[in-house]
Amino acid sequence: MYVAVKGGEKAIASAHRLLAHERRGDPEIPELSLSQISGQLGRAVDRVMCEGSLYDRELAALAVKQACGDLIEAIFLLRAYRTTLPRFGSSEPLDTANMQVRRRISSTFKDIPGGQVLGPTFDYTHRLLDTGLEGANVDEPHLAPAPSAPLPRVTDLLGADDLIEPSPEEVPGRPVEDLTREPLEFPASRELRLQNLARGDEGFLLALGYSTQRGYGRTHPFAGEIRLGEVEVEFFAEELGFAVPLGQITVTECQMVNQFKGSATEAPRFTRGYGLTFGHSERKAMSMALVDRSLRARELGEEVKAPAQDEEFVLSHSDNVQATGFVEHLKLPHYVDFQAELGLVRRMREEVAGRQHAGDGKLQEAAE
Amino acid sequence: MTAPAYNFAYLDEQTKRMIRRAILKAIAIPGYQVPFASREMPMPYGWGTGGVQVTAAILGPDDILKVIDQGSDDTTNAVSIRQFFRKTAGVTTTTRTREATVIQTRHRIPETPLAEGQVLVYQVPIPEPLRFLEPRETETRRMHAHADYGLMHVKLYEDIARHGHIATTYAYPVKVDGRYVMDPSPTPKFDNPKMDNCPALQLFGAGREKRIYAIPPHTEVVSLDFEDHPFEASRTDETCALCGADDTFLDEVITDDRGGRMFVCSDTDHCETRRVTATAAPWDSEAGADHV
Repeated sequence: MYVAVKGGEKAIASAHRLLAHERRGDPEIPELSLSQISGQLGRAVDRVMCEGSLYDRELAALAVKQACGDLIEAIFLLRAYRTTLPRFGSSEPLDTANMQVRRRISSTFKDIPGGQVLGPTFDYTHRLLDTGLEGANVDEPHLAPAPSAPLPRVTDLLGADDLIEPSPEEVPGRPVEDLTREPLEFPASRELRLQNLARGDEGFLLALGYSTQRGYGRTHPFAGEIRLGEVEVEFFAEELGFAVPLGQITVTECQMVNQFKGSATEAPRFTRGYGLTFGHSERKAMSMALVDRSLRARELGEEVKAPAQDEEFVLSHSDNVQATGFVEHLKLPHYVDFQAELGLVRRMREEVAGRQHAGDGKLQEAAE
Repeated sequence: MTAPAYNFAYLDEQTKRMIRRAILKAIAIPGYQVPFASREMPMPYGWGTGGVQVTAAILGPDDILKVIDQGSDDTTNAVSIRQFFRKTAGVTTTTRTREATVIQTRHRIPETPLAEGQVLVYQVPIPEPLRFLEPRETETRRMHAHADYGLMHVKLYEDIARHGHIATTYAYPVKVDGRYVMDPSPTPKFDNPKMDNCPALQLFGAGREKRIYAIPPHTEVVSLDFEDHPFEASRTDETCALCGADDTFLDEVITDDRGGRMFVCSDTDHCETRRVTATAAPWDSEAGADHV
């Protein structure tokens, strides 16, 4: 009987129908709404927006739902949609100094102008499962009045004394590079590296950042500042001649203060690593800042020897949509290649058997 | 949220133009890997996104499309890609190699010789033939620029020294037009001679790796070898249990758990055509329905 399949179309349609059934789960239990997902699984939605490179809570919530909570699958859904959208241009640089801060901490100074603002955080919670969580009433939060003036960034305070390297100068009129519109080539600019890291897999960056802390490309990091809040997005409209606000987005920014650098002619000062993510994603922003700093090894005259310092290694493997596709493509049929290998192995085994049969007993290595 | 409306063959025209420019460059420099701004596609990387983008960029409304995976029109991924273009481009599809104007393939070249005017689009996972000898893109690009292929010959020599054969059975490297060493994608080396002086245009798309390369019609494609170890397009010595072919690439099908097995043509269209045209076929004919 010839088993190789006919009727693949029918099988695929049936498999997808079964998936839809499993996605819905028990019909006796109410269906999840998109607003429930974006409201109550906010960090999942944030991650999908960030690595999906598309700021749209509703679409991200839909993707999470459609993907049955598989976040990489949800990221993939969002990316595949994003790629079809027209590109009008680039926004003005976000001004995170003017952020409406909801959380802001520094580990380099005990107190800073504007203070340490803990905001909504898992930090200092005891990780004890709260069996009373379901259905419990939630107390109204205590809210302080919003600060009257923007909170200065810690790196700007250090920068005032020239103790830390300045942000790279803006080059007026230079077009913004776009990872999604030009193929990535090496060596890549820091701008492109940061784009790559911003959409890179949180787990991959976490592991790489962690590796730098354990000595694989150490950078002596301090969390200069982590801030979370809302920033204005502006777009310069040619026909109007000025920047128009497009709306607000939530971002998490991390500025790492790293190992100082100086020379015979230049006074030493701290260097920095930068992380920025959509939504509330501190782990990702911190990991990104660590890896950004590590990837600056060559620029800062450090020896490149650890994986986190290796631009080709990091940038080529950070994208989880690419990674999951290629890993999972091993599910596709490979029987043609396998057949070719099978043929070769059988032939070589016959040759070995033939030699053994011929009585010379021992295998001859043709050469070393 | 509004329902997204997609362009003919999914990609927007600007993207198609970008891909066509890369294709033209690739045709102008046979075997050279042209970087292109590969898009995210609605199927996963590694599942044919490069081939799909190339096909989407060259497809016209009058084209007739055939999609194969492992030589077969009915493997799940071939079915999925064929459905994708039927849905987004509304083109006619076929399983007949002769009828098709564009054939997208994974891992095989059809047994039926291709003709002038046809385009064969390969899905490519790793476009760089030197990748497993040198992992760095900056290095391999330099090696190609200098036509520095010594490393590849050393690898093939080491195979012979160790195994008595060149132990590469698929994705067997070729030299195109006497200049660039090229990865033919993971086709079995049995298919390599079909690439040489082929009247059809051969395009290779690697989506995840963002590379397009090409073999223009009637271009010399030589499989790398040594004078005393000439290239050999090997196949098993079996014949197809369905059509009796003794000159095609065969799949081995395990039929029971007692060592029973049969060999059948990997190219299902070729096999069916042979069975239909055979005057008195002694084999059980189970030819499937057309997918038009």
